[in-house]
Amino acid sequence: MEAVLTKEDKKVFDKYPEGDQSTIIPLLQDVQEIYGYLPEEKVREVARHAGVTISHIYGVATFYNQFRLKPLGKYLIRVCRGTACHVKGSKQILDRLEQELGIKAGDTSPDKMFTIETVACIGACSIAPVITVGDEFHGRLEAKDIPKILKSYRDQAETENPNQ
Amino acid sequence: MKTYIEPCCDKCWHTKENPCDKFVVCCLEGPLCHSDTDCKNKFTTLKEGLLFERHEEPLIIIGMGTCGLASGAQKVFNRFAELLKLKNITAQIIPTGCVGYCAREVIVDIKLPGQPRVSYSEVTENDVEQLIDSHISSHTVVPDKILGAYILREEENGIKCIHNDPFFKIQQRIVLENCGIINPESIDEYIARGGYLGLNRTLRTMKNTDVLTEVLESGLRGRGGGGFLTGKKWQFAAEQKADQKYLICNADEGDPGAFMDRAILEGDPHRIIEGMLIAAYAIGASEGYVYCRAEYPLAIARLENTIAQAEKYGLMGENILGTGFSFKLKIKKGAGAFVCGEETALIHSIEGKRGMPRPRPPFPAISGLWEKPTIINNVETFANVPAILRHGSGSFSKIGTQSSKGTKVFALSGKITNTGLVEVPMGVTINDVVNDVGGGVPDGKKLKAVQMGGPSGGCLPDYLLDTPIDYDSLKEVGAMMGSGGLVVMDEDTCMVDVARYFMSFIQSESCGKCIPCREGTKRLLEMVDRLTKGDKSLKTAEETLERFKGMIYLDRLSNVIKDTSLCGLGQTAPNPVLSTLRYFKDEYEAHLYDRKCPAKQCSELLTYTIDTDACTGCTVCARKCPQDAILGEKKKAHYIIQEKCIGCDMCRQSCKFDAISVN
Repeated sequence: MEAVLTKEDKKVFDKYPEGDQSTIIPLLQDVQEIYGYLPEEKVREVARHAGVTISHIYGVATFYNQFRLKPLGKYLIRVCRGTACHVKGSKQILDRLEQELGIKAGDTSPDKMFTIETVACIGACSIAPVITVGDEFHGRLEAKDIPKILKSYRDQAETENPNQ
Repeated sequence: MKTYIEPCCDKCWHTKENPCDKFVVCCLEGPLCHSDTDCKNKFTTLKEGLLFERHEEPLIIIGMGTCGLASGAQKVFNRFAELLKLKNITAQIIPTGCVGYCAREVIVDIKLPGQPRVSYSEVTENDVEQLIDSHISSHTVVPDKILGAYILREEENGIKCIHNDPFFKIQQRIVLENCGIINPESIDEYIARGGYLGLNRTLRTMKNTDVLTEVLESGLRGRGGGGFLTGKKWQFAAEQKADQKYLICNADEGDPGAFMDRAILEGDPHRIIEGMLIAAYAIGASEGYVYCRAEYPLAIARLENTIAQAEKYGLMGENILGTGFSFKLKIKKGAGAFVCGEETALIHSIEGKRGMPRPRPPFPAISGLWEKPTIINNVETFANVPAILRHGSGSFSKIGTQSSKGTKVFALSGKITNTGLVEVPMGVTINDVVNDVGGGVPDGKKLKAVQMGGPSGGCLPDYLLDTPIDYDSLKEVGAMMGSGGLVVMDEDTCMVDVARYFMSFIQSESCGKCIPCREGTKRLLEMVDRLTKGDKSLKTAEETLERFKGMIYLDRLSNVIKDTSLCGLGQTAPNPVLSTLRYFKDEYEAHLYDRKCPAKQCSELLTYTIDTDACTGCTVCARKCPQDAILGEKKKAHYIIQEKCIGCDMCRQSCKFDAISVN
């Protein structure tokens, strides 16, 4: 038990009373906040904590778009697929990203650098089409801007960690 | 005295533990319990400061909602802070919410002591120095960045009144009154502008039935989509006898292309809280939730701060304003499921379950969260309530049309010049909003359609733009008010593609509980998808036959889904198909019979050709082509092998000589 939950995990789990089903979603959100996804052993602990079966947690985790069961790359690219972005060409942006990185939305590039995710709407319709990389917004994009943006993050990663 | 919670002298005894019933009124007209010139002056000075009427230092007010931040507001903010320090100028930088003019972000207002507030638009880091040197140091405005000034006259010293800008002119702001004007993190600024007066009147002078009558008489209808009379809904819950009732604010704004709720949550969160307190009193609830999308981190942070402040001031928690009324509010973060906008699904989500709807009745007002009477309203509905209670139902019901009262906030986006957030009185036409406020379609293109009401709504063609905006007129023409997304589409938008886009959204968001929605939306998507496909995907005769059959059954399947689905999501799911089919049948036919996409969007129906005269043979396109479909010798014109081309558009994007055309 001690081995499964780190100190940081424990702090999160202790925020919620045991055996209360209504805490499942906030607890999963907090766990994902720490790890970027839901590691299997933590999901088991959430089930134990809330007093439900693991399949119940799996059901909840796969129902909501927010939860991920696979680890993320260094940079999470979220492509807005809202209506405003769609009519302004976000499909072309997504296609180009998928093409440049050789992966599909939902996957992580083999070098673990980028994960592509689509979201229903970021709410930044005024600068459509828009993507976010980490916390940064890139708006009013054209497909041909994509290679430049990817390169800037690759360079950034290199400066941070030149050995890799 | 810097805040209203600080006592003016030791005669003031208001604390959250021992609240004074006159607290809110006292803030504006105080002191009420004793007469003292010193104290009076303290109140007046504080109020004038909070209203930005009197201040010693220049004020720099920066729009820092999500759209502002996405356009670089944080960089502008940092630059101001840095330069002010460097130049040794004392000024106050105040973050505010979104004024709604998203297309012109970053918006910075500068107000010098004793002078009007001047609004600048499209400010970048590089403009900051000029604004400081010119406006703040030399009191000379920077004309080319000016949006307008907050003045009463039409013009003053050559600066136009901001309210005469076409974007603001026909707007009437009740819900957005404070958005982009005040600091949303300051409860004092909200109170100084008459905030919590509605709550004050409710708790101190009205019985809960009076509140119900007032809201009913105002004619307020739910702003989340359904358009049910809010007062009526509250009455159902108020009539229930239960040891516990719940109030929920639905801030799970899932419609792609809509951001009204976000802007209100970020720009004026106290208004929502006040509306909720009034509603809770009316129905007799003592606990409530705000169910907010996790994708709105700033809105959640602002809400947390708002609740903490309201508690500190004794406006939330136990024995509010000494009236014995208590209310606790918690925030629940939604985890991303469109169907959770449906009331019963949202309740399941708060309970920690998969957010799936259940059949109604019983309606949540009778049996909702943990089987207790529960009222769920959306953000904009609650945001309308304070003004109704403060000024009376008459002030609200005189705005709008016979059946739709008040104003409606719309998020304007898509192919429109002024994207942004606008609030107009009910009854104005779509045309007024799109062309007058929105400034029409940019780049000289022709408007093709306006999509209203999100995935459950419909697309209206240009000749219906004279339709007035009210619940019933919109329904008649096959759209709906929805939550207020208004996406403009021009000649480059393919309506079949739009239908496919919405169906693919709905299909992936269908919770899977009932068969018509789960299977029906999938089949519907397949049918529409096939229309956008050409020879490359449809190889056999059967596949081509299916394509035709799909077109025949489109209408019938849509109606089956509409009639037999369990919840609102399914019942409205085929609307995008039905409305595009109704108004843009010619485009469907062009796809079906001619295998052409008139708007040049459906890649499989497009033919790419290289203009042999314009092509210089630079070989860039041939190298970029992922299919090796482009052949040609260096420095000689290239050719596309049509059988190999997948229409990915890479060649056209990479050609520097505009030699590649699409048809």
